[in-house]
Amino acid sequence: MSVPETPKGIAAIRERLGYQPVLLAVAALLAGAALTWAHGATKAPIAAAEAADLRTTLAQVMPAGFADNDLLADVVEVDGGRGPVRVHVARRAGAAVGAVFRMAERGYAGEVALLMAVDADGRVLGVRVLKHAETPGLGDKIDRAKSPWIDGFAGKSLAEPAPAQWAVNKDGGVFDAFAGATITPRAVVKAVRAGLEFFSAQRAEILGDRS
Amino acid sequence: MSHARILREGLWGNNVVFSQMLALCPTMAVTTSGTNALAMGLATTAVLVVSNMLVSLIRDVVSTQVRIPVFVVLIATLVTIVDLALNAWAHELYKVLGLFIALIVVNCAILGRAEAFASKNGVAASAVDGLATGLGFTLALTVIGLIRELFGAGTLFAQASLLLGPSFAFLEMRVPAYEGALLMILPPGGFAVLGLLLAAKRVFEGRQRADAAASVPVAAS
Repeated sequence: MSVPETPKGIAAIRERLGYQPVLLAVAALLAGAALTWAHGATKAPIAAAEAADLRTTLAQVMPAGFADNDLLADVVEVDGGRGPVRVHVARRAGAAVGAVFRMAERGYAGEVALLMAVDADGRVLGVRVLKHAETPGLGDKIDRAKSPWIDGFAGKSLAEPAPAQWAVNKDGGVFDAFAGATITPRAVVKAVRAGLEFFSAQRAEILGDRS
Repeated sequence: MSHARILREGLWGNNVVFSQMLALCPTMAVTTSGTNALAMGLATTAVLVVSNMLVSLIRDVVSTQVRIPVFVVLIATLVTIVDLALNAWAHELYKVLGLFIALIVVNCAILGRAEAFASKNGVAASAVDGLATGLGFTLALTVIGLIRELFGAGTLFAQASLLLGPSFAFLEMRVPAYEGALLMILPPGGFAVLGLLLAAKRVFEGRQRADAAASVPVAAS
């Protein structure tokens, strides 16, 4: 043949137009396959680890021995106004004695997510911050690891303190606002109060007809 | 380039933060404490070594026209798998590091090394380059993190035992009776520390060059 010498092997086909989309498709396909495999292999361990996390937090918001059921398995979905809320029902000897659920409120930097436990009479048992992005050194005092501030909610209900005093002390309420950060504790107080209102509005549905 | 030279370049001469000025977004975001900075550095190093090796392996198959999307897909896949694996089998570590892992995808240093080095060199050299660049990044981050933490919170390596295990609790130190200047933890502190460190490196390197020039006056003429 009189064709001039061309590059051999991979170098020859690498520059052809048809090679580019095929290469991209193969790369995407392999990446997809690798991700599918990784997702399948890690699905069960991740779910187990997250359940363990939730179990730990559940134990923190509720006094030891308060409930004797498996809170993780005892879940009711209740309409919370802004979509369904997953409520873990605490039972002792079969009777519903309280509820644990997640609340969220806009803080200073994004959402502050809380897990709060309420007893059957609508009193707060405990609150823990699950997730926040507040200013380190200021707003992060809502985190139990940094400050015991969050324990101040225990025993509070919609009746005690009075509705007007469900605010930080700067706004005439009973809850401390720590120096330098007002927006963060304000958001937490608002979220806890909203949680109590949600519980009192949906009490019958959450605790069920058995109680 | 010899492996020792690659190491020296990555760690100091061509340091990804202090010289190339790359990856500044994760640098600013995670250097609020020495522990965070160290964790981000080590996670990035692991991804860099593997991504450099993979890119080097496939460099003959990938054509120049579509190399960038192929590298991006490869790096993103790799980081996602690391993210899933950590979440599944090192959950405690993941809770500390989780936020940073996702940030590695947007670390331009990884694509930068794939493009500038791994796509043109062998697997062994690329692995060394990934390691050197990663350790250089870790060094830069940890130094910035420690300075910000020391002045901002009055601690050093706070919560290191959470990341590295209880046996590393000895790293944790705190300055007695010092509340810290919050400014150093906030973004302006990060820029200030980085700026001062860059200036210091410039001065140091300028002196070195002047010394080198002074020591060989005859040979140069």
